[in-house]
This record gives sequence, C-alpha cells and structure tokens, in this order.
Amino acid sequence: MPTYLGMPAFPQAAKKAVADSQLRRNLTHATTAIRTKRAKAVGELDDWEQLRQTAKAIKDHTLANLGTYLPRLEENVTKAGGRVHWARDAAEANAIVTDLVRQAGADKVVKVKSMATQETGLNEALAAAGIAAIETDLAELIVQLGHDRPSHILVPAIHRNRAEIGELFRRTMDDAPAGLTDDPPRLTAAARQHLRSEFLAATVGISGANFAIAGTGSLVVVESEGNGRMCLTLPDTLISVVGIEKVLPSWRDLEVFLALLPRSSTAERMNPYTTIWSGVTPGDGPQDFHLVLLDNGRTDTLADATGRQALRCIRCSACLNVCPVYERTGGHAYGSPYPGPIGAILSPQLRGVGSAIDASLPFASSLCGACYEVCPVAINIPEVLVEQRARSVADGQKHYSERIVFGASGYVLRSPRRLAAAQRVASFGRHLAGRSGRIRRLPPPLSAWTDTRDAPAPPPESFRAWWARTRGTGQ
Amino acid sequence: MSAAREEILARIRAAAGPAAAPAEVDAAYAALPRPYRRAHHDPSATDVVALFAERAADYRAVVQRVTEGELPAAVAAAVAPLASVLIPDGLPEEWLAKLPPGADLVRDEPPLSATGLDQISGVVTGCAVAIAETGTIILDHGPAQGRRALTLVPDFHLVVVRAGQVAADIADALARLDPARPHTLISGPSATSDIELIRVEGVHGPRNLHILIASLSQ
Repeated sequence: MPTYLGMPAFPQAAKKAVADSQLRRNLTHATTAIRTKRAKAVGELDDWEQLRQTAKAIKDHTLANLGTYLPRLEENVTKAGGRVHWARDAAEANAIVTDLVRQAGADKVVKVKSMATQETGLNEALAAAGIAAIETDLAELIVQLGHDRPSHILVPAIHRNRAEIGELFRRTMDDAPAGLTDDPPRLTAAARQHLRSEFLAATVGISGANFAIAGTGSLVVVESEGNGRMCLTLPDTLISVVGIEKVLPSWRDLEVFLALLPRSSTAERMNPYTTIWSGVTPGDGPQDFHLVLLDNGRTDTLADATGRQALRCIRCSACLNVCPVYERTGGHAYGSPYPGPIGAILSPQLRGVGSAIDASLPFASSLCGACYEVCPVAINIPEVLVEQRARSVADGQKHYSERIVFGASGYVLRSPRRLAAAQRVASFGRHLAGRSGRIRRLPPPLSAWTDTRDAPAPPPESFRAWWARTRGTGQ
Repeated sequence: MSAAREEILARIRAAAGPAAAPAEVDAAYAALPRPYRRAHHDPSATDVVALFAERAADYRAVVQRVTEGELPAAVAAAVAPLASVLIPDGLPEEWLAKLPPGADLVRDEPPLSATGLDQISGVVTGCAVAIAETGTIILDHGPAQGRRALTLVPDFHLVVVRAGQVAADIADALARLDPARPHTLISGPSATSDIELIRVEGVHGPRNLHILIASLSQ
C-alpha cells in the first residue's frame, strides 16, 4: 500500500486540515446528513444486532479457515471458467494485472472503484507501463481529474463541495456541456456523457469485489451508479483484484451481508445495483475472467490475535461518518487509502509501523467508541487502538515523555497540597498561550504532550482557589 | 501451483494454524449460530406485493399495479414514448399484444454491439425474483431477461414482475436463485450520492426504471 510520499505524522497533517474551514464545513455537512439517514435505515431492522453478531461470527470462522476457503474459491472460480492468480504483495498484483492487460492488447482500461487497487497503487503502475486507467465512479473521477487523493472509503471526493466540483469539471473535462452549473444533477449528467464512449469502447475492465463466495465461485460487486455494471459486463476481459479476506463460505451468507452493507454504507435498504457472477457465462459478459487474490500484509494482520478483527471489515465507511476526529481532520490526514477509524488500525497493520504516519495512527483517536457501535461486523476499533498504543509505549521511544508526564500527574493528584501548588503554577502557564488562547508547544520534555495536542490556556484561577476565596458566594 | 500461492497458504498456516479437514470446517460453519430473522414480515399478515410496490417506489422507480388482463395495454402505454424497443428472447408474446403495428421492435439476433445497444431507446423484460423488504428486482438473465448488457445500455427499462415472483425478504429471494447464473440486483434507477452525499437519480445505468406488477386480480 502506498504511504503517500512525504506524508507527515497524523498530528501535523491534522493540524493543517483542521485549519481549512471549507474542508470542515464540507465534511460536517456530509457526515451529519449520512449519520441521520443511517440511523433510520438501521432502525428499520429490529434484529440488527443479531445480524451484526452473525456477520462477525461468519467472518471470524472464515478467517480462521482461510486455508480451506481460498483453495475452494479457486477451485470453483476455475470450474466456472475463470483463472485465479495469487499475489503476495502490491508489486506482484500490479505486475500480474499489467501482464494481463498487455495480453489483451489494450492500452486503456475502465475501472470500478476498488479499495484493493487503491491499496496497490495499480493506476500508477499501469501508467508506468503506458496503460491509461480510467476511474468511472463519480467520486473517483473527481479525484482523478483533480490529481487529488481519496479521502473517504465510500465517497472519495467527500472533501469537495458542488462548487469546487463544478469548477473542476469546467476546467478539466474537454467535453463538459456549455454553461455547466454547480447543480449536482447537472454535474452527474456531465459525468455520464463524459464516460459513455469509454464504456462502449472498453475492452478490459478492472474491479475489486465486495464478497467472493467460496462454495459457488461467485464474485459480488455492490454499487450505485451503474459504472460497475458497465465495467463488469461490456469489456471482453475482466480482471478483479480481491483481498483474501473478502471470501465468504456460502451463497447463503449474502442474506446477512446484503442486509448489513447498504444500510451501513449509503443508508439505503438496498443499493441500486449489485452484480453477481461466477467465472464466465457463454454469450453474456466478459469471456476472459481473471481473479487476482491479494495478500499484501493481510496474513501478517491475521497473525495478530487482537488486530486480526480488522480483516472483518466490509468497507462500509460507517465508522468514518460517526468519527469526531475524522469529521474535523478529513481523510487525507490519515495518509492512506483507508482513512478514519478503520484506517487507523488497518493501515499500520498492513504496512507495518515503519513510517511517521503509521507510527502515529494508533493515536489518531479520542477512543470515544462510536466506531465500534456502528460497525456492522462489530470490529472493536478502540480495543485494537489501545493495544497498538500499548505496544508503541512498550517499544519505549516515541511517547517516553508522556510516561513522565503521567507519572508526575499521579504524584501531584495524590496530595491536595501538591495539587493546589501545581494549579497556582499552571495559572502562570496562561502566558505561554498565544492570542488564540491555546498552548501550541511547551518546552521539552513537556513538548511530548503538546506535540500531539493543543491545550487550552489554563484559567487565571483554579476552581479550588476560587472556592477557597469566595466559598461559592460568587464574589 | 504458483510460488505465490504456496507462500500465501504457508503464511496463513503460520498465522491461523494448520488447515482443518474440509468436513470439520463445514461442520463448524453449519454450527454457527444465526439468531437473526430470515423473514422480517409474516406473509399471512403482510401484503408483500403491496410492500414491494411501496418500497420500489421509494427509489423513484415508476411502479404500477395491474391485472394479468390489463398487462398488454400497460406495456403498450409504458413504451409508447420510445422510438425503439429491445425484446429479449423468451419474452411472452402476449405482453406485446397491444403494441401499435408500426412499433420498432429490435431483437438481439445477431447479438448487438454496445454501440448498437446505445442506439435503442428502451428494453422490456421479465425478472427472476423480487424482494419486498428492499424493493429490489433480481434478474438472472434467463428467458425474457436477456444477457446483462440489454438491461444496462438502453436508458429506459420496463420490467414486468408477476405477483408470485415477489419474495418477502432477502433470504427467501436468494434461496430461489441458481448461484451458477449471472445476477443483477436492481433497486431503483441508477443513482449516486458522490456530491455532498445528496442522492441524484440517473447516472450510467438506465435513468428510467418502470415496474409493472401483474397480479391475477387487483
């Protein structure tokens, strides 16, 4: 998975994002709307919790038996006329796909939005091989036209509002209709017209999959716009890059996951389109089908008893929409195709904690637990975050100074006399704050605290001191 | 056997332990508790056809309930504005009985190219199953439905759902299908929420979805 080049640690990236008031308005507007709708869609099913617990149990069972289910999936896809490839990492997956596109004689492919190929950086790899990859999901198209990065799992351009998108289309789309306004239906119609000829002429389609059914060799793609159906149906060759954790044992499991995913994701009873196919159907759709099974850090994640639950994720993005940290920082600060709470636990596990951003992600949370509450597969994100933090502290480097701070707090809080003295000293700390009334940076070793937090300036007088002086008379 | 395959399977064994015998895995799967309800509506107390009509209309599909006898006239009225209509193999001829004699009916024989399909105004099909709970139509692309591209490229899709095809819930709908076939689940016309999470109907799939629900009696 790409660690975006020069990506600073989360606190630095977040500080910049939080200062962008347009971004915060766009995010608050979008996430507030979807939160309300999701709650309503979920509330309609009185057995939601039972569905959620069943999904968790199915996923845990499947992950514990991947050694059985993956070969079974391979066998059934092959029987149905598809070809299965295995990729240990991103580079191997990209090489397989590039070869297949070349064998098909194409220099252009149409793509359905796919997290797996975001993760492998497939578009960049194809471009290096002289193959143009056209993103056909509206939000992915907005990101691609703007040379931007995705900031949300479901709606990668959530950080852009209609005015920004209108400006982008008028500037970059050579066939944009004259007089194109910022009206979302008009913008959507422009995208339809722009992509129509690409779909009709496409010879190779590339997708991911939401689910892969081991028992039948069926792949499932859940979408809204019909760009998925176009890419999965019209080209002669279809290549689907799918993480090994996407496998489900049997057809019947769809009754659980198709109930959970649309309601969690777009807050609909069902998404507009779902395509299900097994291998090749003579006379209908692509006659050349390839499934690329991707590891890329998933088996490492599987080896972690606490962290492996992140592999249950079905990429609905409900956790992003309820996260107070995500709502303020946006997705870019997470420096990964997987932003938000799930990204904070998934990215460091898939990539390792070698970079500043990955080492800081376990701390990119207030641990409020809203993400766990809405997760349709009951991933206990706070539990994994706390575990990763504990490991980071045990490793002993980054947050050593925080340990000193907490040790000192314990000493002070154990004695009322010491607390009163400390509070008097703290009031002088007001003078460290700038005009914003916030303390941005304390000198070392206290800088370990302020490096990851902005602290409000202490009041001139503590409550204890005020009470001692006035006895609550308000004087 | 590719080296990558062997290595990934070895990593899985290292992470999750050696693979159990398939029969053991299947038994463990069968024993998984499923405390959810496979049916959210009691068919004796709920009019599932009415529920389907209501939920499909929620997505801004045009939904119309007719009797079997009224069906040919309803089909003719629905496709009247279209310049050309695609007719998949196996579509019951009686559904087309009331079409005007000059109607431009197109067959997929020999198979039309994608650009050829793009020239056609609309398509009439049946379906395999429908789901009342979610207002969903499922095509398995068998007789009267055509290969997948036929219901994708033209901008207007008229689908006839017979009352007996409406399942109450997702579970019983899926159980009626053959997993070996390709399937398309359709819930309203194509839509996007990619701009400010506001739903806009009509993107790449047919922008007009018209559903005729045919019952023996009203």
